[in-house]
Amino acid sequence: MKYLDEYRDSSLARPLVEALKTSVTKPLRIMEVCGSHTMAIFRNGIRSILPRGMELISGPGCPVCVTSSAHMDAFISMADEPGVRLAIFGDLFRVPGSNGSLAEASSRGAKVNIVYSPMDGLEIARKNPDEHVVFLGVGFETTTPTIAATILAAKNQQITNFTVFSTQKTMLPPMRALLDDPNLKIDGLICPGHVSSIIGSSVWEPLADEYGLACVVGGFETADLLKSLILLARQVGEGRPRVENVYPRAVSPEGNLRARQMVEEIFEPADMEWRGLGILPGSGLKIRDKYCEFDAESRFDIRLQAVEEPKGCKCGEILKGICSPRECPLFDSRCTPANPIGPCMVSSEGTCAAYYKYGRE
Amino acid sequence: MCLAIPMRVTRVEGDPDDFTISQVATVDADGISKEVRLDIVDHWPNVGDYVIVHAGFAIHTLVEEEAKKNIALLKELADSMPQELLT
Ligand code: SF4
Ligand code: SF4
Repeated sequence: MKYLDEYRDSSLARPLVEALKTSVTKPLRIMEVCGSHTMAIFRNGIRSILPRGMELISGPGCPVCVTSSAHMDAFISMADEPGVRLAIFGDLFRVPGSNGSLAEASSRGAKVNIVYSPMDGLEIARKNPDEHVVFLGVGFETTTPTIAATILAAKNQQITNFTVFSTQKTMLPPMRALLDDPNLKIDGLICPGHVSSIIGSSVWEPLADEYGLACVVGGFETADLLKSLILLARQVGEGRPRVENVYPRAVSPEGNLRARQMVEEIFEPADMEWRGLGILPGSGLKIRDKYCEFDAESRFDIRLQAVEEPKGCKCGEILKGICSPRECPLFDSRCTPANPIGPCMVSSEGTCAAYYKYGRE
Repeated sequence: MCLAIPMRVTRVEGDPDDFTISQVATVDADGISKEVRLDIVDHWPNVGDYVIVHAGFAIHTLVEEEAKKNIALLKELADSMPQELLT
């Protein structure tokens, strides 16, 4: 990949590492909110070169990790319905609900297909007219437009055996909830790159203005991440928090208007339950009444049951950034990627999985 | 879960203004080629452009110009560092 290699060029990274050292003039805590950032930071060894005084913590940015047990239970009970087939993103397969996972449901006969795109779910529905296919819409703002486009395609193709169970979430409400929590002290935020490519970098401005949080929208290569950290350290040093964008090759201030319009057409804001954070008003997206024929929740009349999170699991605190995986008594003992107790260990972008893979020392 | 990766466009089909026909591109990365939908892409891509792909959809077209400009900016940033830091 010709010009992508240049972003990975190590001769570019070395001076940036040095610049980072000199930029950190006071202790600071930076949160990376996106699971893909968490993984990229580990993979590129960025934790090992962090200058003294700079601490990195992971936030609630993996959609799989923040899916509540109540939702997992509802997914599993749908999978158990005769004539229903689920189409899911692979990471959801092993996430535990209060009583088993979709993997277990599928081994007892439930029909679950792992797909790569919501369009694949629609295609399965088209090919199997005597089944009802439910796509589990789990994701943030990057995923929502792909689901909106799929629902429009289902309508155009007049496919009537396809619905979406939307637990789509938006990023700003949980960030506000975290910043309102006096237990969490963070100075800066690496804003999620691909979420921002859809919603635009200007969305983060209220966090800088109201909470004095330094914000930088970052890409996923080493140089992008180092540059993000340098700018965050400088903003904090100068005492001038604002939104900067080091990922202009994918992110504009207003985002992707085409995608946003499509989302607006299909979805409206709704209250949503988050694992570890509870119900956050207006933090979810549900399918508008106009498209209710494609809404699994209204078509199947689903009611969520309140459930307890697994005993001893510290996922909630980890998602809030107030506890690190090593402080969880189950980490690397009862809870491993092969046998996950909580969702942070299941998803490849989950904080516990990242620490397990790269951060055990 | 939603790793969004850049892939090179080798074929484009459809019309940016006509939603009634299929809007797809063939993309390739590391020798693997696949089809992606163009329904929500921000700028209609040309063959040779890179697109960022998420869940089977191109979400953003990376124009070569733009990418090069960014690399130049990073180099400039690196060059502007005091030399003594590099030793
Ligand atoms: S959904 Fe987007 S923001 Fe969240 S982990 Fe995936 S890439 Fe990052
Ligand atoms: S180690 Fe396992 S149980 Fe502990 S917080 Fe992480 S996912 Fe939850």
